[in-house]
Amino acid sequence: MYGTDFGPDDAAGTGPRPPAPDEPLNAADAGIFDDLLEHDLRIEPRDEMPEAYRSTLVRQIAQHAHSEIIGMQPEGNWITRAPSLRRKAILIAKVQDEAGHGLYLYSAAETLGVDRADLLDRLHRGTQKYSTIFNYPTLTWADVGAIGWLVDGAAIMNQVPLCRCSYGPYARAMIRVCKEESFHQRQGFELLWTMCRGTDAQKAMAQDALDRWWWPALMMFGPPDTGEAATGGHTAQSMAWGIKRFSNDDLRQRFVDMTVPQAEKLGLRMPDPDLAWNAESGHWEHGPIDWGEFRRVLGGDGACNAQRLAHRVRAHEDGAWVREAAVAYAAKHADGRSRRRGSAA
Amino acid sequence: MSERAGWPLWEIFVRPKRGLSHVHAGSLHAPDAEMALRNARDLYTRRGEGVSLWVVRAADITASSPQERGAFFDPADDKVYRHPTFYDIPADVEYL
Repeated sequence: MYGTDFGPDDAAGTGPRPPAPDEPLNAADAGIFDDLLEHDLRIEPRDEMPEAYRSTLVRQIAQHAHSEIIGMQPEGNWITRAPSLRRKAILIAKVQDEAGHGLYLYSAAETLGVDRADLLDRLHRGTQKYSTIFNYPTLTWADVGAIGWLVDGAAIMNQVPLCRCSYGPYARAMIRVCKEESFHQRQGFELLWTMCRGTDAQKAMAQDALDRWWWPALMMFGPPDTGEAATGGHTAQSMAWGIKRFSNDDLRQRFVDMTVPQAEKLGLRMPDPDLAWNAESGHWEHGPIDWGEFRRVLGGDGACNAQRLAHRVRAHEDGAWVREAAVAYAAKHADGRSRRRGSAA
Repeated sequence: MSERAGWPLWEIFVRPKRGLSHVHAGSLHAPDAEMALRNARDLYTRRGEGVSLWVVRAADITASSPQERGAFFDPADDKVYRHPTFYDIPADVEYL
């Protein structure tokens, strides 16, 4: 559900394992990496690449994958309480898509010589991050609409440029994800559009959801990284490498410009008294974002950080017997097959 | 048994419709070919993207080496006479 780099992993010494000896990741002729970037061509898994490029991608793709699967929880919370069979089927399909997006991304990360099980271990130990947005609770049914409209809307804004990311497997995964994500945003808007034309209580519920999700959605693009702030983060290097195509601020601005008229259509009020149209620039200008809140949630102090991680670990542990049974079945089956093959020979 | 030890990587190929060849779609982990096929159905064809699937153990694929890319593919570069545009034909000859 998104592709912002949330900064370095928390624990030192947990970097990706080096590539296996039979996978010569840095084996191609020297200089080809810069040459490919210069011509806006894609880097593929076994091409020569700087270690910093590889580790940046591993971190970003892993964070992105973790965000997808943790992102199943806030909405999954409402599957059993969806107000109609139609809405329930839609929500199940959406949550299943998020699982799929996580798997595409873990596969893309594995082409860089890391192991999915290791990445999951790091998520479970809390040493690798996921998007802060999923540490907010989904209090009402309208939150399901707000997530689709705003959170998936922001995610699409982030992910569309990633379809042209310099690393081939990541870009290809993003193309699949973006194709599937547009239904997510539309179903969210439709849900709110329905509520906004319903009773006063339903409209009030939609407004309350917008009030709570608007600012966290703006934070999804990450801290400012243009002007003076550009020197602080990863943005300049990621742009030079063709991993990132636009700054956090540019993408956030596009999102605001896209979303304000949509809120008007819904008849909802943006929770920002400073929001104003600037006729000169042709953009909507928003008020200051509380980056203190962003850092607190990123650092573990959001409403649901502990709950999300505990749920994830429990799901993984509860599923262990299924994975073990599948392996046992495969082993038994393989024995049978080789015996049959043996007797036929 | 951990996933690491037990579940090999499979490459997934999807035939989008009759008349087209199978195209690489991505990869996934699964304990055996049958599970790989079922998981590939759920992962890569949720919206009618295919009419046929191949799953191939990634370990069974032999790939050309990026190290030898030059030596391997360059021999085709200087054989321009393999292309139709190499040949001088009078402009007023049709259907050639």
